[in-house]
Amino acid sequence: MSTSPAAGAARWAASDPNRVRLKDLRTEEMVLNMGPQHPSTHGVLRLEVVTDGEIVIDVIPHLGYLHRCFEKHAESLTYPQVIPYVDRMDYLAAMNNELAWAVAVERLLGIEEDIHPRVQYIRVLMAELNRIASHLVSIGTFGQDAGAVTPFLWCFRDREHILNLFEWASGARLLYNYIWIGGLMHDLPVGFEERCREFVQYFRPRVRELNDLLTYNTIFVERTANVGVLPLEVAINYGCSGPMLRGSGLRWDLRRDDPYLVYPDLEFDVCVGRGEVGTPGDCWNRYKVRAEEIEQSLRIIEQCLDQLQRGVARRTADFDPQKLCPPRVVPPRGAEVYARFENPRGELGFYILSDGTEKPFRVKARSPSFSNLSVLPEISRGAMLADLIVILGSVDIVLGEVDR
Amino acid sequence: MGSGMEFFIALLGPVLGVMFVALLVASFIALYTLAAVYAERKVSAFIQDRVGPLETGPRGLLQTVADILKLLLKEDIVPRMADKPLWVVAPFVVFSAVFVGYAVMPFGPELVAANLNVGVLFITAFAAFEVAGLLLAGWGSNNKYALYGAVRSVAQVISYEIPAGLAVLSVVLLAGTLNLQEIVLQQGIGASGPRHLFGLPFLPDVSALGGLFTWNVLAYPHLLIAFAIYFIASLAEVNRAPFDIPEAESELVAGYHTEYGGIKFAFFYLAEYGGMLLVGLIGAVLFLGGWHSPLPNLGPVRLADWTTGPIWGIFWLLLKGFAAVFVHMWARWTLPRLRVDQLMYLCWKVLTPFAVAMVVVSAFWASWR
Repeated sequence: MSTSPAAGAARWAASDPNRVRLKDLRTEEMVLNMGPQHPSTHGVLRLEVVTDGEIVIDVIPHLGYLHRCFEKHAESLTYPQVIPYVDRMDYLAAMNNELAWAVAVERLLGIEEDIHPRVQYIRVLMAELNRIASHLVSIGTFGQDAGAVTPFLWCFRDREHILNLFEWASGARLLYNYIWIGGLMHDLPVGFEERCREFVQYFRPRVRELNDLLTYNTIFVERTANVGVLPLEVAINYGCSGPMLRGSGLRWDLRRDDPYLVYPDLEFDVCVGRGEVGTPGDCWNRYKVRAEEIEQSLRIIEQCLDQLQRGVARRTADFDPQKLCPPRVVPPRGAEVYARFENPRGELGFYILSDGTEKPFRVKARSPSFSNLSVLPEISRGAMLADLIVILGSVDIVLGEVDR
Repeated sequence: MGSGMEFFIALLGPVLGVMFVALLVASFIALYTLAAVYAERKVSAFIQDRVGPLETGPRGLLQTVADILKLLLKEDIVPRMADKPLWVVAPFVVFSAVFVGYAVMPFGPELVAANLNVGVLFITAFAAFEVAGLLLAGWGSNNKYALYGAVRSVAQVISYEIPAGLAVLSVVLLAGTLNLQEIVLQQGIGASGPRHLFGLPFLPDVSALGGLFTWNVLAYPHLLIAFAIYFIASLAEVNRAPFDIPEAESELVAGYHTEYGGIKFAFFYLAEYGGMLLVGLIGAVLFLGGWHSPLPNLGPVRLADWTTGPIWGIFWLLLKGFAAVFVHMWARWTLPRLRVDQLMYLCWKVLTPFAVAMVVVSAFWASWR
C-alpha cells in the first residue's frame, strides 16, 4: 500500500466525502403509511402521510376498508329491515341513526305528524342519551390521542351507565333496533324514567370532573389550541357539519334550524366554538363544543323526563308503541324524500326514492363523518405528525359511517 | 505451577465478587421491575377508577410473573428486513446503560459496589449512552415508526441531559466532590463540616440534628428549584409521560421498540423501569440525603442515630427511589403528552436558563461560604 503524501492526498480527494458537493445534498420526503392497523386512526382508516421530518406535507386518506354496500343492500331490503343496517353505520350513535331512518320513512309515508307524543319524547330521550354516549367516546379517544389515557377510561365508565339503560330498554348495548318506523319496539320499562333521572344526577358532577382533568389542563390546551384551525369558509365549502362546523363558530344545529320530532318544544342552547382558548375552529374548540353539548343534552333529557313522567307523554295503560307501525311499509310510487337530522357527528341525511314496492328503489346516505373527514388534508398540511393525530381525533370519525 | 496460574487465582476472587454483586443487582432490578409493573397497573387502575389485575394469583400479584413467562416463551423473531446485528444488540445496550448506573449507587454507609471518585460523571455518561441503544433499535428495526421514535428519543435525551446535568452540577459545586458516597455523607449526621439551617450562617448548625434538615434541598434552598428541574428532566430522560414522545403510542405505535417481542422486549421494559428507579435514586442521593434517614435527633430521642445503618440505608434510599417512581406513574396517568417542539421549548427555553441560574447561585454560594 502506497503511503506517499501525494498518493494519500489523491486517495483523500477520491474518497466519498469529497465526491459529494454540499449543494447536491438534499433531504427526501418520507411517505408514512398510517393505518389501517394503527392505534389512532379510530378504526380502519388508512392515511398516506407525506412527511418532511416531523412536518406533515400532505395527507391522503384511503377509505373503503369497512365498506359494506349499505346503499345497495337497502335496495333489496324492506323498509323496516334497513333499520339494523343503519345501526351499523355510526355504531356509536345507533339510536340517532334509527331515529333518522324511521322519521325519514315516516315522512315518505306522510305519517310523521301522527306519531304519539310519548313515542316522540322517548325517541328524543334515546337520541340525546346516545349523543352523550357518543360524545363521551369522542372526548375520551381525543384525550388519548393527545396522550392522556385516564379521561378515556373515565368517559367509558360513564358511558357504561348509558349502555346499561339502553340494554334495559332494547336488549342490546350497541346496535339497538329500538326505534321502528311508526313507533318503537317497546315502551320504556317501568322505572326507566326514574333511573334515567338518577343517571343525570350522577353524571352532572362527572362532567365537571372531566373538565377539571382534561379541558383546561395546560398541556392539553398547548396540544390542541390553535392546532388544525378550520376556517368557517372552508368548513362550509367542504360540507362539514355538527361539532366540526359549530367549532368554527357557526350556530347551525338541525335540531333548531330544521326541527323534527318535539325539538321545537325543548329548550337548549346551540354550542359554538367561541375561541375561549385558542381560535374558533381549532381542535380545542371542537372538543369544547362536544363537552358543552353533553350538558345541553342533559338539559334536553331532563325536559323529556318531565314530559314522560308528568306531561303529555306520561305512561298510560292504553299506550301501544307499535300502534302506528304499518304491517307493510309501501310508500306510493315515485315518492321521494330527503330528510336530515342532527347526529352527534353532524348532519345525517337520507334520500329515499320509492318505486311503489315495499323495498326502496334507491337510498343515499349523506354521512357527516365522510364530509368531515374530507377536510382533514386541508387542515393538516404543515402541522406536525403529533398534530395530525390530534386533528384526526378532533374530527371524530366513525369508519362505519364513512365507508358505509 | 506457573505464575500464570497464580495470577489467575488471584484474579478469580475479585472477578467472582464482581460477578456476584452484578448478579445481585441484576436480580434486584428484575424483581423490582416485576413489582413496579404490577404497581403501575394498580396505580393506573386506581387513578382510572378500575380494579386492575385481580385474577392471576392473590390480588393479581402473579400477573406480571405470568407476563414475563409469556415473553420468555415467545418465539424470537428477527424481522426479515432488519439490520440483524444492530437489532439484536440494541436491547442489551439499553439495559446495560441503565444497569451500570447502579454500580456507583451508594446504598448505605459501606454499601456501594464501586466507590468511584467520578461517580456523578460516570452515571451521567452512561445515562447518555442509553441513547446509542435506542438509536440502534430504531435504525436496526428498519421500520419508519421505530426510526421516528429513535430520532425523537435521541433529540430528547441529549437535550434534557443539559438541564439535568446543570442541576446536578449545582449540587456538585456545593459538595465539592463528584463522589456520590461523599455527597451523601455530607447530608446527614456524619457530616464533617457545620451545616446551617437553610444554609444561612445566622441560623443554628443542624449537623448534629441530622435528618431532613441536613438534606441538600433544605441546606441550600435554591437546590429545591434545581431538584424540580432535575426531576422534570429525568422524566424526559427515561422517556416517561408527559415526555414519552419516543414511544408515543397514539402516534408512533410503540416507537423504537415497535418491532421487538419476547425477551428483547422484556429487556426494554427492564431498562425503562430500571431507569425510572435509577433517576429517582440519583435524585435522592444528590438532593434528598441519599441513604440518610429523614428523622432528626431530637434531644435524647436519637431518631437519626437509631434509623441509620446498612439495612436502614437500603430502606431509606429505596423508599425515596420508589417515591420518585410513584410520582412518575402518577404523572403518566394524569397528563397528556407534549409535542416534540413543545418538549424542546421546555428544555431549552425554560429548564436550561433556570438550571444555569441555579449553577450561578451555587457557584457564588460555594465561593462565599
